[in-house]
Amino acid sequence: MAIKINTTPVRITVVLSGEIDHHNAAALRLEADEAIQSSLAPNVRLDFGDVTFMDSSGIGFVLGRYRIAESYGGNVEVVNLSDRLYSMMKLAGLDKLVTLKNKKEVK
Amino acid sequence: MKPINQMKLQIESRSVNEAFSRATVAAFAAQLDPNIEEISDIKTAVSEAVTNCIVHAYPESVGIIYIWAGIYENGVFKVKIKDKGCGIQNVKQAMEPLFTTLGGERAGLGFAVMESFCDKIKVSSNIGKGTTVILEKHFITRGASDGRD
Repeated sequence: MAIKINTTPVRITVVLSGEIDHHNAAALRLEADEAIQSSLAPNVRLDFGDVTFMDSSGIGFVLGRYRIAESYGGNVEVVNLSDRLYSMMKLAGLDKLVTLKNKKEVK
Repeated sequence: MKPINQMKLQIESRSVNEAFSRATVAAFAAQLDPNIEEISDIKTAVSEAVTNCIVHAYPESVGIIYIWAGIYENGVFKVKIKDKGCGIQNVKQAMEPLFTTLGGERAGLGFAVMESFCDKIKVSSNIGKGTTVILEKHFITRGASDGRD
């Protein structure tokens, strides 16, 4: 499990890789939130392109970052989703809170 | 019905064992020659059930999680995940999507995910005694080995 962060004035991109479960979500949260809260970028992009496994902890992870971005008026997009992760997030209703893009949709 | 093959696994309820338990059950299920989707379904469902044991059944201590998996005729795969933890007050309510007793970043979707990735799920629980979850999945089989060849 690894996390990489790129920041511009308008966007912070959090690139996740490996497996997301309850065990490693805590460390991911800590690292992502520190970066998001110090940047306060209006757009938070969560890149799931290299995520090989995710259970409902991944849904909680997106939900938590959404709450933080929303608290300062930012928005969240989740990109590079496999069909499987896309449908899991949709099942959870995340499409009503954040923008979901599967692998084909990302430029 | 008797299983063609079965396995048992006991682990301590430490979150680091989540990855170990789902990978182990998936490795056992590999005998059914599943496709990638089917393996991901099993891994996700087992991960949810084991996480429930760690987070809910044994919240203040480390307990034992008992995992059993069985392969049956015609590509039927069953996994039993059992704990001797605190038990669930209201199973029906616990299984409702978005219901969680913990808040924070628990999405309350554990059972909903298990249901969507398995063909059958059975949950029984006794307060103070523990909870048993039985997951059943029917693999689109290309002929399971009977373990004797």
